[in-house]
Amino acid sequence: MSQRTAAPPAVERPRKVLMKGNEALGEAAVRAGCVHFFGYPITPQTEIPEYLVKRLPEVGGTFVQAESEVASINMVLGAAGMGIRCMTSSSSPGISLMAEGMSYIAACELPCVIINMMRAGPGLGGILPAQGDYFQATRGHGHGDYQVLVLAPSSVQEAVDLMLEAFELAERYRNPVMVCADGMIGQMMEPVEFPGEGRGPPLGATDWGLGVRRGADGTERPRRVVNSLYLSPEELHAHNLKLKAKYDDMARREPRHELYTGADADAPYDVLLVAFGTMARICKTAVDEVREAGLRAALFRPITLNPFPFEALRAAMDAIEGDGPVLDVEMSMGQMLYDVRLAALGSRRVLFHGTAGGVVPSPDEVASEIRTALGRAPR
Amino acid sequence: MRGTDVLMAGFGGQGMLLAGKLLAHAALNEGLEVSWLPSYGPEMRGGTANVIVCVSPEPIGSPLITSHRGLVVMNVPSLEKFAPRVRPGGVIVVNTSMIDRDADRDDCVVVRVDARAEAEAAGTLKAQNLVMLGAYVGASRVLPPEAVERAIAEELTGRKARFVPASLDAFRRGVAAGRAALPVGAAPSATAPSGRGER
Repeated sequence: MSQRTAAPPAVERPRKVLMKGNEALGEAAVRAGCVHFFGYPITPQTEIPEYLVKRLPEVGGTFVQAESEVASINMVLGAAGMGIRCMTSSSSPGISLMAEGMSYIAACELPCVIINMMRAGPGLGGILPAQGDYFQATRGHGHGDYQVLVLAPSSVQEAVDLMLEAFELAERYRNPVMVCADGMIGQMMEPVEFPGEGRGPPLGATDWGLGVRRGADGTERPRRVVNSLYLSPEELHAHNLKLKAKYDDMARREPRHELYTGADADAPYDVLLVAFGTMARICKTAVDEVREAGLRAALFRPITLNPFPFEALRAAMDAIEGDGPVLDVEMSMGQMLYDVRLAALGSRRVLFHGTAGGVVPSPDEVASEIRTALGRAPR
Repeated sequence: MRGTDVLMAGFGGQGMLLAGKLLAHAALNEGLEVSWLPSYGPEMRGGTANVIVCVSPEPIGSPLITSHRGLVVMNVPSLEKFAPRVRPGGVIVVNTSMIDRDADRDDCVVVRVDARAEAEAAGTLKAQNLVMLGAYVGASRVLPPEAVERAIAEELTGRKARFVPASLDAFRRGVAAGRAALPVGAAPSATAPSGRGER
Protein backbone atom coordinates (compact mmCIF):
# COMPACT_ATOMS: atom_id res chain seq x y z
CA MET A 1 0.00 0.00 0.00
CA SER A 2 1.17 3.47 -0.80
CA GLN A 3 2.35 5.38 2.23
CA ARG A 4 2.32 8.83 0.68
CA THR A 5 1.17 11.33 3.23
CA ALA A 6 1.47 14.65 1.42
CA ALA A 7 -1.77 16.00 -0.03
CA PRO A 8 -1.92 15.91 -3.81
CA PRO A 9 -1.52 19.29 -5.51
CA ALA A 10 -4.65 21.43 -5.57
CA VAL A 11 -6.44 21.76 -8.88
CA GLU A 12 -8.02 24.94 -10.14
CA ARG A 13 -11.24 25.42 -8.21
CA PRO A 14 -14.34 25.13 -10.36
CA ARG A 15 -16.75 28.00 -10.36
CA LYS A 16 -19.42 25.81 -8.85
CA VAL A 17 -19.54 25.31 -5.10
CA LEU A 18 -21.24 22.60 -3.09
CA MET A 19 -23.89 24.14 -0.84
CA LYS A 20 -26.97 23.20 1.11
CA GLY A 21 -30.15 24.65 -0.35
CA ASN A 22 -30.78 26.74 2.75
CA GLU A 23 -27.30 28.26 2.76
CA ALA A 24 -27.40 28.86 -0.98
CA LEU A 25 -30.70 30.75 -0.57
CA GLY A 26 -29.09 32.90 2.11
CA GLU A 27 -26.15 33.73 -0.16
CA ALA A 28 -28.49 34.41 -3.08
CA ALA A 29 -30.45 36.88 -0.94
CA VAL A 30 -27.26 38.76 -0.11
CA ARG A 31 -26.24 38.78 -3.79
CA ALA A 32 -29.68 40.15 -4.63
CA GLY A 33 -28.99 43.11 -2.38
CA CYS A 34 -31.11 42.09 0.61
CA VAL A 35 -29.85 44.01 3.64
CA HIS A 36 -32.21 43.06 6.44
CA PHE A 37 -33.38 39.65 7.61
CA PHE A 38 -35.92 39.13 10.38
CA GLY A 39 -36.72 35.59 11.42
CA TYR A 40 -37.25 32.93 14.00
CA PRO A 41 -35.65 29.47 13.80
CA ILE A 42 -37.59 26.39 12.75
CA THR A 43 -36.51 23.09 11.16
CA PRO A 44 -35.91 22.49 8.24
CA GLN A 45 -34.92 26.04 7.31
CA THR A 46 -32.76 27.16 10.23
CA GLU A 47 -29.59 27.16 8.11
CA ILE A 48 -30.97 30.24 6.30
CA PRO A 49 -30.90 32.50 9.40
CA GLU A 50 -27.78 30.67 10.57
CA TYR A 51 -26.01 31.61 7.34
CA LEU A 52 -27.30 35.18 7.26
CA VAL A 53 -26.39 35.96 10.86
CA LYS A 54 -22.76 35.59 9.77
CA ARG A 55 -23.08 36.91 6.24
CA LEU A 56 -25.28 40.01 6.48
CA PRO A 57 -22.94 42.06 8.71
CA GLU A 58 -20.21 41.54 6.08
CA VAL A 59 -22.25 43.57 3.60
CA GLY A 60 -23.42 46.18 6.09
CA GLY A 61 -26.76 44.48 6.62
CA THR A 62 -28.62 43.49 9.75
CA PHE A 63 -29.85 40.19 11.07
CA VAL A 64 -32.53 40.23 13.73
CA GLN A 65 -33.77 37.14 15.49
CA ALA A 66 -37.27 38.16 16.40
CA GLU A 67 -39.19 36.85 19.40
CA SER A 68 -41.65 35.06 17.13
CA GLU A 69 -42.76 34.71 13.53
CA VAL A 70 -45.49 37.27 14.20
CA ALA A 71 -42.80 39.77 15.16
CA SER A 72 -40.59 38.78 12.18
CA ILE A 73 -43.18 39.52 9.56
CA ASN A 74 -44.13 42.81 11.21
CA MET A 75 -40.47 43.83 11.26
CA VAL A 76 -40.47 43.06 7.53
CA LEU A 77 -43.56 45.27 7.19
CA GLY A 78 -41.73 48.09 8.92
CA ALA A 79 -38.45 47.77 7.01
CA ALA A 80 -40.18 47.29 3.65
CA GLY A 81 -42.26 50.38 4.43
CA MET A 82 -39.01 52.32 4.66
CA GLY A 83 -38.13 51.19 1.16
CA ILE A 84 -35.46 48.76 2.35
CA ARG A 85 -34.85 45.41 0.65
CA CYS A 86 -35.65 42.80 3.28
CA MET A 87 -36.92 39.29 3.85
CA THR A 88 -37.88 36.57 6.27
CA SER A 89 -37.93 32.79 6.11
CA SER A 90 -39.72 30.05 7.95
CA SER A 91 -41.33 26.67 7.58
CA SER A 92 -45.00 25.75 7.51
CA PRO A 93 -46.19 26.38 11.11
CA GLY A 94 -44.18 29.60 11.19
CA ILE A 95 -45.67 30.78 7.91
CA SER A 96 -49.13 30.34 9.39
CA LEU A 97 -48.14 32.74 12.15
CA MET A 98 -47.07 35.28 9.51
CA ALA A 99 -50.42 35.22 7.75
CA GLU A 100 -51.80 38.44 9.19
CA GLY A 101 -48.61 40.37 8.50
CA MET A 102 -48.51 39.17 4.92
CA SER A 103 -52.01 40.47 4.34
CA TYR A 104 -50.95 43.87 5.71
CA ILE A 105 -47.81 43.95 3.55
CA ALA A 106 -49.80 43.09 0.42
CA ALA A 107 -52.44 45.68 1.34
CA CYS A 108 -49.74 48.32 1.82
CA GLU A 109 -48.17 47.30 -1.50
CA LEU A 110 -44.71 46.72 -0.09
CA PRO A 111 -42.05 44.50 -1.64
CA CYS A 112 -40.47 41.70 0.38
CA VAL A 113 -39.46 38.07 0.01
CA ILE A 114 -40.69 35.26 2.22
CA ILE A 115 -39.19 31.77 2.04
CA ASN A 116 -41.33 28.80 3.06
CA MET A 117 -39.27 25.63 3.41
CA MET A 118 -42.34 23.42 3.71
CA ARG A 119 -42.54 20.60 6.23
CA ALA A 120 -45.19 18.04 6.97
CA GLY A 121 -48.39 19.16 8.65
CA PRO A 122 -51.02 19.92 9.74
CA GLY A 123 -50.42 21.39 13.18
CA LEU A 124 -46.89 21.03 14.45
CA GLY A 125 -46.72 18.06 12.07
CA GLY A 126 -43.21 16.79 11.40
CA ILE A 127 -39.92 18.13 10.12
CA LEU A 128 -39.69 16.12 6.90
CA PRO A 129 -40.48 17.47 3.41
CA ALA A 130 -44.06 17.97 2.25
CA GLN A 131 -46.07 20.14 -0.11
CA GLY A 132 -49.19 20.59 1.97
CA ASP A 133 -48.89 24.38 1.98
CA TYR A 134 -49.89 24.74 -1.67
CA PHE A 135 -53.32 26.09 -0.80
CA GLN A 136 -51.82 28.35 1.83
CA ALA A 137 -49.26 29.74 -0.62
CA THR A 138 -51.58 30.21 -3.57
CA ARG A 139 -54.93 30.92 -1.96
CA GLY A 140 -54.07 33.31 0.77
CA HIS A 141 -52.38 32.98 4.19
CA GLY A 142 -54.15 35.88 5.72
CA HIS A 143 -57.47 37.57 5.18
CA GLY A 144 -58.70 39.71 2.34
CA ASP A 145 -58.50 39.86 -1.41
CA TYR A 146 -54.77 39.66 -1.95
CA GLN A 147 -52.25 37.40 -3.63
CA VAL A 148 -48.54 36.80 -3.44
CA LEU A 149 -46.36 35.66 -6.28
CA VAL A 150 -45.14 32.11 -5.52
CA LEU A 151 -41.96 30.59 -6.98
CA ALA A 152 -41.30 26.86 -6.59
CA PRO A 153 -37.69 25.73 -7.24
CA SER A 154 -36.87 22.08 -7.79
CA SER A 155 -33.09 22.18 -7.36
CA VAL A 156 -30.59 24.14 -5.30
CA GLN A 157 -29.43 26.01 -8.41
CA GLU A 158 -32.97 26.94 -9.35
CA ALA A 159 -33.60 28.07 -5.76
CA VAL A 160 -30.65 30.44 -6.14
CA ASP A 161 -31.78 31.72 -9.54
CA LEU A 162 -35.34 32.31 -8.36
CA MET A 163 -34.17 33.94 -5.15
CA LEU A 164 -32.07 36.41 -7.16
CA GLU A 165 -35.13 37.26 -9.18
CA ALA A 166 -37.60 37.27 -6.30
CA PHE A 167 -36.60 40.73 -5.09
CA GLU A 168 -36.86 42.18 -8.59
CA LEU A 169 -40.35 40.76 -8.93
CA ALA A 170 -41.32 41.97 -5.47
CA GLU A 171 -40.23 45.48 -6.33
CA ARG A 172 -41.73 45.43 -9.82
CA TYR A 173 -45.16 44.60 -8.42
CA ARG A 174 -44.63 46.10 -4.96
CA ASN A 175 -45.95 42.88 -3.56
CA PRO A 176 -44.67 40.02 -1.38
CA VAL A 177 -42.98 37.19 -3.28
CA MET A 178 -42.83 33.75 -1.71
CA VAL A 179 -40.15 31.20 -2.53
CA CYS A 180 -41.87 27.94 -1.73
CA ALA A 181 -39.61 24.88 -1.45
CA ASP A 182 -39.52 21.94 0.90
CA GLY A 183 -37.20 20.45 3.48
CA MET A 184 -35.48 18.27 0.92
CA ILE A 185 -34.30 21.24 -1.15
CA GLY A 186 -33.32 23.07 2.03
CA GLN A 187 -31.24 20.21 3.42
CA MET A 188 -29.75 18.87 0.20
CA MET A 189 -26.31 19.89 -1.08
CA GLU A 190 -25.83 20.40 -4.80
CA PRO A 191 -23.31 22.30 -6.87
CA VAL A 192 -24.35 25.92 -7.40
CA GLU A 193 -23.06 28.84 -9.34
CA PHE A 194 -23.66 32.44 -8.30
CA PRO A 195 -23.47 35.32 -10.71
CA GLY A 196 -20.22 37.24 -10.30
CA GLU A 197 -21.85 40.53 -9.43
CA GLY A 198 -24.81 41.07 -7.17
CA ARG A 199 -27.81 42.07 -9.22
CA GLY A 200 -29.52 44.27 -6.75
CA PRO A 201 -28.55 47.91 -6.59
CA PRO A 202 -29.59 49.28 -3.22
CA LEU A 203 -33.27 50.01 -3.32
CA GLY A 204 -32.35 53.58 -2.31
CA ALA A 205 -34.75 56.36 -3.13
CA THR A 206 -38.23 55.11 -3.88
CA ASP A 207 -41.22 57.29 -4.54
CA TRP A 208 -43.19 55.48 -1.84
CA GLY A 209 -40.83 54.59 1.04
CA LEU A 210 -41.06 56.37 4.37
CA GLY A 211 -38.18 58.06 6.10
CA VAL A 212 -36.52 61.44 6.33
CA ARG A 213 -38.50 64.01 4.37
CA ARG A 214 -35.94 66.81 4.31
CA GLY A 215 -33.30 66.46 1.60
CA ALA A 216 -29.65 67.54 1.98
CA ASP A 217 -30.51 70.81 0.20
CA GLY A 218 -33.14 71.61 2.78
CA THR A 219 -36.15 70.92 0.55
CA GLU A 220 -38.93 68.89 2.05
CA ARG A 221 -40.86 66.29 0.09
CA PRO A 222 -44.56 65.72 0.70
CA ARG A 223 -45.58 63.39 3.51
CA ARG A 224 -46.01 59.74 2.54
CA VAL A 225 -48.35 57.27 4.14
CA VAL A 226 -48.13 53.46 4.28
CA ASN A 227 -51.49 52.25 5.38
CA SER A 228 -53.97 49.43 4.99
CA LEU A 229 -56.97 51.01 6.69
CA TYR A 230 -59.63 52.45 4.39
CA LEU A 231 -62.85 53.27 6.18
CA SER A 232 -64.54 54.57 3.07
CA PRO A 233 -65.99 51.63 1.14
CA GLU A 234 -65.53 53.45 -2.18
CA GLU A 235 -61.87 54.09 -1.48
CA LEU A 236 -61.31 50.49 -0.36
CA HIS A 237 -63.16 49.23 -3.42
CA ALA A 238 -60.87 51.35 -5.61
CA HIS A 239 -57.84 49.99 -3.70
CA ASN A 240 -59.01 46.42 -4.35
CA LEU A 241 -59.50 47.21 -8.03
CA LYS A 242 -55.95 48.54 -8.17
CA LEU A 243 -54.61 45.38 -6.52
CA LYS A 244 -56.69 43.23 -8.88
CA ALA A 245 -55.22 45.02 -11.90
CA LYS A 246 -51.77 44.24 -10.53
CA TYR A 247 -52.56 40.55 -10.03
CA ASP A 248 -54.03 40.37 -13.55
CA ASP A 249 -50.81 41.87 -14.87
CA MET A 250 -48.83 39.26 -12.92
CA ALA A 251 -51.03 36.50 -14.33
CA ARG A 252 -50.32 37.70 -17.88
CA ARG A 253 -46.59 38.19 -17.53
CA GLU A 254 -45.23 35.81 -14.94
CA PRO A 255 -46.49 32.24 -15.34
CA ARG A 256 -43.53 29.90 -15.81
CA HIS A 257 -43.26 26.20 -16.36
CA GLU A 258 -41.08 23.43 -17.74
CA LEU A 259 -42.28 20.62 -20.00
CA TYR A 260 -40.11 17.50 -19.87
CA THR A 261 -40.59 14.76 -22.43
CA GLY A 262 -37.49 12.69 -21.65
CA ALA A 263 -34.07 12.98 -23.25
CA ASP A 264 -35.76 13.74 -26.56
CA ALA A 265 -37.31 17.23 -26.53
CA ASP A 266 -40.78 17.37 -28.08
CA ALA A 267 -41.21 13.60 -27.92
CA PRO A 268 -44.89 12.58 -28.10
CA TYR A 269 -46.59 11.38 -24.91
CA ASP A 270 -49.60 9.33 -23.85
CA VAL A 271 -49.72 10.48 -20.24
CA LEU A 272 -48.85 13.85 -18.71
CA LEU A 273 -47.56 14.06 -15.14
CA VAL A 274 -47.92 17.33 -13.24
CA ALA A 275 -45.67 17.97 -10.25
CA PHE A 276 -43.69 20.82 -8.71
CA GLY A 277 -40.56 21.27 -6.60
CA THR A 278 -38.92 18.14 -5.19
CA MET A 279 -41.79 15.98 -6.43
CA ALA A 280 -41.10 17.09 -10.01
CA ARG A 281 -37.52 15.84 -9.84
CA ILE A 282 -38.67 12.47 -8.65
CA CYS A 283 -41.25 12.41 -11.45
CA LYS A 284 -38.53 13.27 -13.99
CA THR A 285 -36.61 10.17 -13.01
CA ALA A 286 -39.84 8.15 -13.20
CA VAL A 287 -40.49 9.51 -16.71
CA ASP A 288 -36.98 8.42 -17.74
CA GLU A 289 -37.54 5.02 -16.16
CA VAL A 290 -40.82 4.29 -17.96
CA ARG A 291 -39.55 5.72 -21.26
CA GLU A 292 -36.73 3.17 -21.16
CA ALA A 293 -39.48 0.54 -20.97
CA GLY A 294 -41.22 2.06 -23.99
CA LEU A 295 -43.98 3.96 -22.16
CA ARG A 296 -44.44 7.51 -23.40
CA ALA A 297 -44.77 9.82 -20.40
CA ALA A 298 -44.06 13.53 -20.00
CA LEU A 299 -43.89 15.92 -17.05
CA PHE A 300 -45.33 19.42 -16.71
CA ARG A 301 -43.68 21.35 -13.89
CA PRO A 302 -45.15 24.66 -12.77
CA ILE A 303 -42.33 26.97 -11.65
CA THR A 304 -44.73 29.71 -10.58
CA LEU A 305 -47.48 28.28 -8.38
CA ASN A 306 -49.16 31.67 -8.41
CA PRO A 307 -49.81 32.81 -11.08
CA PHE A 308 -50.40 29.20 -12.10
CA PRO A 309 -49.41 28.43 -15.73
CA PHE A 310 -52.97 27.52 -16.74
CA GLU A 311 -52.63 28.20 -20.46
CA ALA A 312 -49.36 26.31 -20.86
CA LEU A 313 -50.73 23.36 -18.90
CA ARG A 314 -53.88 23.28 -21.00
CA ALA A 315 -51.75 23.31 -24.16
CA ALA A 316 -49.62 20.46 -22.78
CA MET A 317 -52.80 18.52 -21.95
CA ASP A 318 -54.15 19.10 -25.45
CA ALA A 319 -50.92 17.60 -26.81
CA ILE A 320 -51.45 14.26 -25.04
CA GLU A 321 -51.96 11.58 -27.70
CA GLY A 322 -55.46 10.16 -27.91
CA ASP A 323 -57.49 10.32 -24.73
CA GLY A 324 -54.48 9.77 -22.45
CA PRO A 325 -54.79 10.87 -18.83
CA VAL A 326 -53.15 13.50 -16.63
CA LEU A 327 -51.44 12.25 -13.47
CA ASP A 328 -50.98 14.85 -10.75
CA VAL A 329 -48.36 13.84 -8.16
CA GLU A 330 -47.87 15.75 -4.92
CA MET A 331 -46.46 15.37 -1.45
CA SER A 332 -49.90 16.27 -0.13
CA MET A 333 -53.38 14.82 -0.20
CA GLY A 334 -54.19 16.72 -3.41
CA GLN A 335 -54.00 20.51 -3.48
CA MET A 336 -52.45 21.60 -6.80
CA LEU A 337 -54.85 18.97 -8.11
CA TYR A 338 -57.60 21.64 -8.02
CA ASP A 339 -55.62 23.89 -10.38
CA VAL A 340 -54.80 20.94 -12.62
CA ARG A 341 -58.52 20.14 -12.83
CA LEU A 342 -59.24 23.80 -13.57
CA ALA A 343 -56.76 23.69 -16.44
CA ALA A 344 -58.36 20.49 -17.76
CA LEU A 345 -61.93 21.79 -17.40
CA GLY A 346 -63.22 18.28 -17.88
CA SER A 347 -61.28 17.72 -21.10
CA ARG A 348 -59.05 15.00 -19.61
CA ARG A 349 -59.14 12.32 -16.99
CA VAL A 350 -57.14 13.72 -14.06
CA LEU A 351 -55.62 11.06 -11.79
CA PHE A 352 -53.87 11.72 -8.52
CA HIS A 353 -51.11 10.18 -6.45
CA GLY A 354 -49.98 11.75 -3.22
CA THR A 355 -48.25 11.10 0.07
CA ALA A 356 -48.02 13.18 3.21
CA GLY A 357 -46.39 13.29 6.60
CA GLY A 358 -42.86 13.46 5.21
CA VAL A 359 -43.21 10.28 3.19
CA VAL A 360 -41.66 11.05 -0.19
CA PRO A 361 -42.78 8.90 -3.14
CA SER A 362 -39.89 7.10 -4.83
CA PRO A 363 -39.32 7.17 -8.60
CA ASP A 364 -40.31 3.47 -8.73
CA GLU A 365 -43.58 4.23 -6.96
CA VAL A 366 -44.37 7.02 -9.45
CA ALA A 367 -43.36 4.76 -12.37
CA SER A 368 -45.80 2.18 -11.10
CA GLU A 369 -48.56 4.84 -10.98
CA ILE A 370 -47.73 5.78 -14.58
CA ARG A 371 -48.10 2.15 -15.66
CA THR A 372 -51.46 1.95 -13.92
CA ALA A 373 -52.56 5.25 -15.51
CA LEU A 374 -51.73 3.79 -18.92
CA GLY A 375 -53.70 0.66 -18.18
CA ARG A 376 -50.61 -1.49 -17.73
CA ALA A 377 -50.11 -3.82 -14.84
CA PRO A 378 -48.09 -2.10 -12.12
CA ARG A 379 -44.70 -3.71 -11.74
CA MET B 1 -19.67 6.74 -17.21
CA ARG B 2 -23.25 6.19 -16.23
CA GLY B 3 -24.56 7.74 -13.06
CA THR B 4 -24.43 5.93 -9.77
CA ASP B 5 -25.56 6.42 -6.21
CA VAL B 6 -24.55 5.34 -2.75
CA LEU B 7 -26.22 5.39 0.63
CA MET B 8 -23.87 5.76 3.60
CA ALA B 9 -25.28 4.99 7.03
CA GLY B 10 -24.23 4.59 10.62
CA PHE B 11 -24.73 5.94 14.11
CA GLY B 12 -24.86 9.73 14.29
CA GLY B 13 -21.25 10.81 14.79
CA GLN B 14 -19.65 7.98 12.82
CA GLY B 15 -18.93 10.40 10.01
CA MET B 16 -21.06 9.03 7.21
CA LEU B 17 -22.43 12.47 6.28
CA LEU B 18 -18.90 13.83 6.05
CA ALA B 19 -17.77 10.82 4.00
CA GLY B 20 -20.63 11.53 1.62
CA LYS B 21 -19.72 15.18 1.45
CA LEU B 22 -16.13 14.31 0.53
CA LEU B 23 -17.39 12.06 -2.25
CA ALA B 24 -19.73 14.82 -3.49
CA HIS B 25 -16.95 17.38 -3.31
CA ALA B 26 -14.62 15.10 -5.30
CA ALA B 27 -17.28 14.48 -7.93
CA LEU B 28 -17.83 18.21 -8.28
CA ASN B 29 -14.07 18.70 -8.74
CA GLU B 30 -14.22 16.10 -11.50
CA GLY B 31 -16.87 18.18 -13.30
CA LEU B 32 -19.69 15.74 -12.56
CA GLU B 33 -23.24 16.45 -11.43
CA VAL B 34 -23.87 15.50 -7.82
CA SER B 35 -26.46 15.61 -5.06
CA TRP B 36 -25.98 15.02 -1.32
CA LEU B 37 -29.20 14.31 0.52
CA PRO B 38 -28.94 13.75 4.28
CA SER B 39 -31.51 12.15 6.51
CA TYR B 40 -32.49 14.95 8.86
CA GLY B 41 -35.27 13.18 10.66
CA PRO B 42 -35.27 11.44 14.00
CA GLU B 43 -32.70 8.87 12.79
CA MET B 44 -30.03 11.52 13.42
CA ARG B 45 -30.20 10.27 16.99
CA GLY B 46 -30.63 6.62 16.06
CA GLY B 47 -28.56 4.02 14.36
CA THR B 48 -29.26 4.77 10.74
CA ALA B 49 -28.22 8.40 10.18
CA ASN B 50 -27.55 8.41 6.48
CA VAL B 51 -26.80 10.35 3.34
CA ILE B 52 -27.53 9.52 -0.29
CA VAL B 53 -24.98 10.76 -2.79
CA CYS B 54 -25.79 10.64 -6.51
CA VAL B 55 -23.01 11.14 -9.06
CA SER B 56 -23.64 11.41 -12.76
CA PRO B 57 -22.42 13.04 -15.95
CA GLU B 58 -26.07 14.04 -16.51
CA PRO B 59 -28.17 16.34 -14.30
CA ILE B 60 -29.47 14.41 -11.28
CA GLY B 61 -33.18 13.65 -11.43
CA SER B 62 -34.44 12.30 -8.15
CA PRO B 63 -31.91 12.80 -5.36
CA LEU B 64 -33.95 10.32 -3.36
CA ILE B 65 -33.09 6.73 -4.23
CA THR B 66 -34.78 3.76 -2.63
CA SER B 67 -32.96 0.94 -4.43
CA HIS B 68 -29.29 1.72 -4.22
CA ARG B 69 -26.33 0.92 -6.43
CA GLY B 70 -23.96 1.37 -3.52
CA LEU B 71 -24.21 0.97 0.25
CA VAL B 72 -21.73 1.75 3.00
CA VAL B 73 -22.77 0.62 6.49
CA MET B 74 -21.04 1.25 9.78
CA ASN B 75 -23.38 -0.65 12.08
CA VAL B 76 -25.89 -3.50 12.32
CA PRO B 77 -29.11 -1.41 12.24
CA SER B 78 -27.98 0.19 8.98
CA LEU B 79 -27.03 -3.15 7.43
CA GLU B 80 -30.40 -4.66 8.36
CA LYS B 81 -32.36 -1.68 7.11
CA PHE B 82 -30.58 -0.99 3.84
CA ALA B 83 -28.82 -4.16 2.58
CA PRO B 84 -32.05 -5.70 1.23
CA ARG B 85 -32.62 -2.55 -0.87
CA VAL B 86 -29.37 -2.70 -2.85
CA ARG B 87 -29.76 -3.43 -6.55
CA PRO B 88 -28.30 -6.72 -7.79
CA GLY B 89 -24.71 -6.14 -8.87
CA GLY B 90 -24.34 -3.26 -6.41
CA VAL B 91 -21.46 -2.63 -4.02
CA ILE B 92 -21.92 -3.12 -0.27
CA VAL B 93 -19.19 -2.04 2.14
CA VAL B 94 -19.53 -3.56 5.60
CA ASN B 95 -17.65 -2.39 8.69
CA THR B 96 -16.63 -5.66 10.35
CA SER B 97 -15.43 -3.90 13.50
CA MET B 98 -19.08 -3.31 14.42
CA ILE B 99 -20.95 -5.77 12.21
CA ASP B 100 -20.59 -9.45 13.02
CA ARG B 101 -23.00 -10.76 10.43
CA ASP B 102 -23.23 -11.38 6.73
CA ALA B 103 -24.76 -8.95 4.24
CA ASP B 104 -26.65 -11.97 2.87
CA ARG B 105 -26.37 -10.63 -0.69
CA ASP B 106 -24.62 -13.11 -2.99
CA ASP B 107 -25.71 -10.98 -5.95
CA CYS B 108 -23.65 -7.95 -4.86
CA VAL B 109 -19.99 -7.10 -4.46
CA VAL B 110 -19.55 -7.22 -0.70
CA VAL B 111 -16.46 -5.57 0.77
CA ARG B 112 -15.75 -6.46 4.37
CA VAL B 113 -13.36 -4.05 6.01
CA ASP B 114 -12.33 -3.56 9.63
CA ALA B 115 -12.64 0.21 9.74
CA ARG B 116 -11.47 0.46 13.32
CA ALA B 117 -8.28 -1.55 12.84
CA GLU B 118 -7.39 0.22 9.59
CA ALA B 119 -8.04 3.68 11.05
CA GLU B 120 -5.98 2.80 14.10
CA ALA B 121 -3.15 1.73 11.82
CA ALA B 122 -3.44 5.04 10.00
CA GLY B 123 -3.04 6.87 13.29
CA THR B 124 -6.51 8.05 14.23
CA LEU B 125 -9.76 6.32 15.13
CA LYS B 126 -11.55 9.41 13.83
CA ALA B 127 -10.80 8.28 10.27
CA GLN B 128 -12.95 5.12 10.26
CA ASN B 129 -15.38 6.86 7.92
CA LEU B 130 -12.54 7.49 5.47
CA VAL B 131 -11.53 3.84 5.51
CA MET B 132 -15.12 3.01 4.54
CA LEU B 133 -15.23 5.73 1.88
CA GLY B 134 -11.96 4.43 0.45
CA ALA B 135 -13.28 0.87 0.32
CA TYR B 136 -16.35 2.08 -1.56
CA VAL B 137 -14.29 4.13 -4.03
CA GLY B 138 -11.88 1.21 -4.51
CA ALA B 139 -14.61 -1.33 -5.18
CA SER B 140 -17.04 0.83 -7.17
CA ARG B 141 -14.40 2.85 -9.08
CA VAL B 142 -16.94 5.68 -9.08
CA LEU B 143 -14.10 8.24 -9.10
CA PRO B 144 -10.32 8.14 -9.24
CA PRO B 145 -9.09 7.91 -5.62
CA GLU B 146 -6.88 10.95 -6.26
CA ALA B 147 -10.00 13.09 -6.76
CA VAL B 148 -11.24 12.12 -3.29
CA GLU B 149 -7.80 12.73 -1.83
CA ARG B 150 -7.90 16.28 -3.20
CA ALA B 151 -11.34 16.76 -1.68
CA ILE B 152 -10.07 15.55 1.71
CA ALA B 153 -7.25 18.09 1.60
CA GLU B 154 -9.66 20.84 0.55
CA GLU B 155 -12.32 20.06 3.17
CA LEU B 156 -10.06 19.52 6.16
CA THR B 157 -8.67 22.98 6.63
CA GLY B 158 -7.81 25.24 9.55
CA ARG B 159 -7.69 23.32 12.82
CA LYS B 160 -8.71 20.15 11.00
CA ALA B 161 -5.74 20.35 8.62
CA ARG B 162 -3.63 18.31 11.05
CA PHE B 163 -5.87 15.32 10.34
CA VAL B 164 -5.11 15.35 6.60
CA PRO B 165 -2.10 12.96 6.59
CA ALA B 166 -3.82 10.30 8.73
CA SER B 167 -7.05 10.79 6.80
CA LEU B 168 -5.30 10.21 3.50
CA ASP B 169 -3.61 7.13 4.88
CA ALA B 170 -6.92 5.76 6.17
CA PHE B 171 -8.62 6.48 2.87
CA ARG B 172 -5.86 4.71 0.91
CA ARG B 173 -6.09 1.67 3.19
CA GLY B 174 -9.77 1.55 2.39
CA VAL B 175 -9.15 1.85 -1.35
CA ALA B 176 -6.77 -1.13 -1.20
CA ALA B 177 -9.38 -3.22 0.61
CA GLY B 178 -12.05 -2.20 -1.90
CA ARG B 179 -9.87 -3.04 -4.90
CA ALA B 180 -9.20 -6.48 -3.47
CA ALA B 181 -12.95 -7.20 -3.29
CA LEU B 182 -14.09 -10.29 -5.12
CA PRO B 183 -16.59 -10.02 -7.95
CA VAL B 184 -20.23 -11.02 -7.55
CA GLY B 185 -20.73 -14.71 -6.86
CA ALA B 186 -17.22 -15.40 -5.54
CA ALA B 187 -16.71 -16.98 -2.15
CA PRO B 188 -16.75 -14.74 0.94
CA SER B 189 -13.47 -12.94 1.41
CA ALA B 190 -10.81 -14.42 3.67
CA THR B 191 -11.10 -11.47 6.05
CA ALA B 192 -14.58 -12.54 7.08
CA PRO B 193 -14.63 -13.55 10.74
CA SER B 194 -14.87 -17.34 10.80
CA GLY B 195 -17.96 -19.05 12.15
CA ARG B 196 -19.98 -15.85 12.40
CA GLY B 197 -21.79 -15.77 9.10
CA GLU B 198 -25.48 -16.53 9.43
CA ARG B 199 -25.83 -18.20 6.06
